[in-house]
Amino acid sequence: MTIMTYRQALHETLRAEMLRDDSVFLIGEEIGVFEGSYKITAGLLKEFGEKRVRDTPIAEEGFAGVAIGAAMLGLRPVVEMMTINFSMLALDQIVNHAAKIYGMFGGQASVPLVIRTPGGGGQQLGATHSQNIELFYSFVPGMKVVAPSTPADAKALLLAAIRDNDPVLFLENLALYNTKGEVPDEEVQAEIGRAAITRPGRDLTLIGYSRMAHVAAEVAADLAESEGLDIEVIDLRSLRPLDRGTIIESVKRTHAAVVLEDDWLTYGIGAEVAASISDGAFDYLDAPVRRVAMAEVPLPYSKPLETAALPSRDDVIAAIRQTLRAVGRRTTPAGATQP
Amino acid sequence: MPSQARQRRSTKPAGRGTAEIPKNEAETQPGQANRDERLRAFYRDMVLVRRFEERAARAYTEALIGGYCHLNLGEEAAVVGLMSALRPTDYLFTNYREHGYAIMRGIDPSRVMAELYGRVDGVSKGWGGSMHMFDVTHRLLGGYGIVGGQLPIATGAALAIDYRGGDEIVMCTLGDGTTAIGAFHESLNLAGLWNLPIVYVIINNGLGMGTAVAHSSAEPELYKRGAAYRMESARVDGFDPVTVYEAAEKAISVARGGRPYLLEVVTERLKGHSVVDPAKYRSAEEVERLKGEDPVQHFGAKLLADGVIDEAAIAKVEAEAAAVVADAAAYAEKSPHPEISTLFDYTYATPVPNDSRRLPGQPLFEPEPFPEGSASVTGASA
Repeated sequence: MTIMTYRQALHETLRAEMLRDDSVFLIGEEIGVFEGSYKITAGLLKEFGEKRVRDTPIAEEGFAGVAIGAAMLGLRPVVEMMTINFSMLALDQIVNHAAKIYGMFGGQASVPLVIRTPGGGGQQLGATHSQNIELFYSFVPGMKVVAPSTPADAKALLLAAIRDNDPVLFLENLALYNTKGEVPDEEVQAEIGRAAITRPGRDLTLIGYSRMAHVAAEVAADLAESEGLDIEVIDLRSLRPLDRGTIIESVKRTHAAVVLEDDWLTYGIGAEVAASISDGAFDYLDAPVRRVAMAEVPLPYSKPLETAALPSRDDVIAAIRQTLRAVGRRTTPAGATQP
Repeated sequence: MPSQARQRRSTKPAGRGTAEIPKNEAETQPGQANRDERLRAFYRDMVLVRRFEERAARAYTEALIGGYCHLNLGEEAAVVGLMSALRPTDYLFTNYREHGYAIMRGIDPSRVMAELYGRVDGVSKGWGGSMHMFDVTHRLLGGYGIVGGQLPIATGAALAIDYRGGDEIVMCTLGDGTTAIGAFHESLNLAGLWNLPIVYVIINNGLGMGTAVAHSSAEPELYKRGAAYRMESARVDGFDPVTVYEAAEKAISVARGGRPYLLEVVTERLKGHSVVDPAKYRSAEEVERLKGEDPVQHFGAKLLADGVIDEAAIAKVEAEAAAVVADAAAYAEKSPHPEISTLFDYTYATPVPNDSRRLPGQPLFEPEPFPEGSASVTGASA
């Protein structure tokens, strides 16, 4: 085990995969000479050269499509989309092509492609640079979408994504790049399509992914310490396929669920999770499934407005308390004395 | 609005026609025999594409073919000339008007027809249909239905060749209307920047659906777009297979040398955008003019006049094409529809847990029996 940041875990894994397999190459804007907008690819151009670390002009549709074509001929491109917001310029190539080619041509050519891209707000970047639109890709059969929340998962899921023969959207998050955690030194691959119970518990199931899985883990630990609440945390890790089984089995044990997401509530990832719980654990629920999601506005630049719009730890704690109250369990607000 | 015919004639002021074959030397030069054989092959192929497309149109009106159905009628010389210049190891990416290209890449016409019928023996196993023909063996890497979708992908295939150091090239055909989309610019810019082995071929039939080139491109001489990418480019008459073949050979040799090339082939679309389009946007004069713009007829008459073929040979070519097409239709009709049980076979190349395999009426979770002792719905209402 080594303690490293999420950024380092991504960097180390990319480098190791490039050393292992010379069909793996990186392509994207500012990944070489500039060393990456978020420095994930720092030093790789120098080590591997221009063929393996290909800087592109500002042409998301063009280089996403180039990666698809190269993948069809057996290479394993790893695309960096500077942020997920810009991936919309490549939506036609990703949705109409990468996700369709294997099926539409009767399984004759696969597209072993990874698109790495960070989502996330909270950096005062304004409405167009702060979105969480992983739903767009999670909606589409033929795509795989993974969203690691820890450095260890960043490594394990990136290994799996690069070695997978299908297009994988690999969701990162601006707020996670500097977070630290233990990462196994050996190659441990995660299974795409499996969620993880990162903390077992009996009182309530708290579900999140990417940054919100991180928030979920923190809140559960805090509430355990301060109030003795026993919250089970599920990190979805894979948004498509969605591991409904793990969610349902957990809710059958806890009888209550709160779903956390950084995207918008209406039609969001949480809506699918909540609907799945209704499908698979209706008779086991002791309270309605709650969702905590971003306010439904184009995210403002103003710091107080931005902060108000994004889901916070306090929002999560409030939702947990309300849900447990609906269940009939008494909870103690922080700082209050027991009557 | 400038007519397509005028555009074409302006590219070939001497008027159309096959490159002159000196008839009297034909018998005396050994190379001439080969050349005549090639001309006869071009004609045979053009007739086959024509008859195939006519049969497809018929099957479509008989509701044996679903979806959209775009035909190569009028573009046979372009299709045959281009495809004859490729090596079997080269790659072709094309759009949704691609039946003729599929056949000319060497794919059995029966499998192309079976794909049109949506059957399991179709080139794409019935998953693609008219717009999405694909065959790895013959290196046809798609028929693409989204206008311009094939351009970045074809460019990436050229990058893969360059990455691996092979001597194959990619040919990527597109329609005139496609030159207006962003992917055209992005792809040609990348190919120019990175010196990729690719030939982009604009099949300029004068119309993007019903919109004339002059109404969709500020520079209607489309090949001139190559200048923006420092890419060699040319415009040729797509009415004559020899002219197209020679232009394609030149373009391909440039690409094999590691530079992209932009070739514009000026053709006619003799019918509507698709089988169901009556092309009412065409004037009476335009319709009248098109009657004299049939490349298959014209090339046959030319070969006849030059003594390369005779009436008997033409009849034989027609009979052979008719037989191939009839066989293709019979094969397609006999081929089974794909089994419903195969519906989930091609979502992912690498299987993963929790991949949904649910038909529309099936629940996500099988309902569980009510626990022992709890009131049932009927019990509660009783």
